[in-house]
Amino acid sequence: MGKVLENKKVSKDFFLMKVEQKNQALMGQFYMLRAWEQYPVLSRPVSIYDRDDNTVTFLYKAVGKGTEIFSRLKKDDEIKIDGPYGNTFPYVEGRIALVGGGVGIAPLFYTAKELKKQNPESNITIYLGFSDEAVLTEEFKTVGDRIITNVGGFITDEINPEEYDAILTCGPLPMMRVLYEKGKDTKAEIYVSMENRMACGVGACLVCTCKTASGNKKVCKDGPVFPAKEVFYDESK
Amino acid sequence: MMNQNSTLAVDFAGVVLKNPVVLASGTCGFGQEYGKIFDIEKLGGLSLKGLTLHYRAGNDGIRIWETPSGIMNSVGLENPGVPHFAEHELPMLKDYHFAKIVNLGGHSVEDYVKAVEILNDYDFDILELNISCPNVKGGGMNFGVKTEIAREVVGKVRQICKHKLMIKLSPNAEDIVSLSQMCQAEGADAISLVNTFLAMAVDINKKKPVFDNGYAGLSGPAIKPIALRMVHQVCKAVSIPVMGLGGITTWEDAIEFIMAGATAVQVGTASFMKPDIALDIIDGMQEYMNRNKLRDLKEIRGIL
Repeated sequence: MGKVLENKKVSKDFFLMKVEQKNQALMGQFYMLRAWEQYPVLSRPVSIYDRDDNTVTFLYKAVGKGTEIFSRLKKDDEIKIDGPYGNTFPYVEGRIALVGGGVGIAPLFYTAKELKKQNPESNITIYLGFSDEAVLTEEFKTVGDRIITNVGGFITDEINPEEYDAILTCGPLPMMRVLYEKGKDTKAEIYVSMENRMACGVGACLVCTCKTASGNKKVCKDGPVFPAKEVFYDESK
Repeated sequence: MMNQNSTLAVDFAGVVLKNPVVLASGTCGFGQEYGKIFDIEKLGGLSLKGLTLHYRAGNDGIRIWETPSGIMNSVGLENPGVPHFAEHELPMLKDYHFAKIVNLGGHSVEDYVKAVEILNDYDFDILELNISCPNVKGGGMNFGVKTEIAREVVGKVRQICKHKLMIKLSPNAEDIVSLSQMCQAEGADAISLVNTFLAMAVDINKKKPVFDNGYAGLSGPAIKPIALRMVHQVCKAVSIPVMGLGGITTWEDAIEFIMAGATAVQVGTASFMKPDIALDIIDGMQEYMNRNKLRDLKEIRGIL
């Protein structure tokens, strides 16, 4: 059980919630969150926006019943927080692009921080794509060397994969697929963070299965991060 | 406080369960994942992820959808196949002392029979036969819908199965009472019910069903009252033990199923609310027995 320290609205439907929770979570991991008893039945997988040893901050979009309940939580309210679960983004170095679409920008904030901490020489460009309103761009400026945003268009139009050694992305599947198609023949290593619907969060129920070049993978346990070429493989080959 | 004279232990078709609470097939994998999160040794048993003779990749598209008080799933029996399970997953459970229930589905009578022949050589407590699979050679209707079609698979498996045999009934059966009586007549040792209810959801923006297969299985608290009624009907109709399931979420739910006649219960969807919810159910049942000075669940089983 965690305690809500802060839960603030940062746009029309995006919220940042800071929860008191001792943790050693890694960039790209997620927690299963729940602020109700039986209904909705399922807990909500939410990735880590930021963390320190005693707190975890989540960026979420109020889109359904569960996240709507989260949006009404107040300071000192209790929230069930199970995790951290899943694997991490790889510790890449050099010229790095982090590409997020919509609420998929969430895991990129702490990832940028960590990658910079690991190698201050790395140069990190963060691409943030939104459908109608840019969110948290000032905050992202504090963790990236360069921030590029796109509202209402395609963030993938803004990036030239040739410029990077590594590209880490999280967002809608079509966005990530376009990015992979653009970058697959360059030297950039591309990794995607998947957002499949989940139930158990720990690899027991197989509802979040992702078909990959090396067989079925559990997004919650084997992922959420996969090499893009594993996810967007050509089934005909 | 633990009452020394009171026990949750049950004899289920000759298999002693330390308590009557078992995790339902498909919700607990092969035990390893939850084993890292809570003490699964405290459970009465585990019904393992449903197997088929051969590896299955499972269904494409969305596999889970939330409904009011329930979930729909369309996993499509993704599993490593019986030979892989027998050599790799089953041995990982050897040091646990709960009842190990192996759940088996199939898409032809021949597949069921071949799979059982392999499983006969391995050590576990109960074979739970999932007859809610489409009979590919028989036009695609589920084996478990018509009693006479189910009879063929139950009868053939019974002839060769060396384990205790429990048939898992589908609530989509035309006549669940006659189905249960057939299972008893064919020599099954026990029955479990109910599997998920065939259900549907529509994505009104895409103007398509949510699930690639069109229909999916509904589980969770939404189905509990119907499952309870079916368990009651079946318990009245057969003398072999019944493992009741369908939306059990609280210890009160579990006691209801026992009063309806179930010898044991399975907990499925509720584990997604809280991974160790089955332990809460076990504790709640024990406290209920203590408060009511019950020494054995026999005293309340089938009293309705």
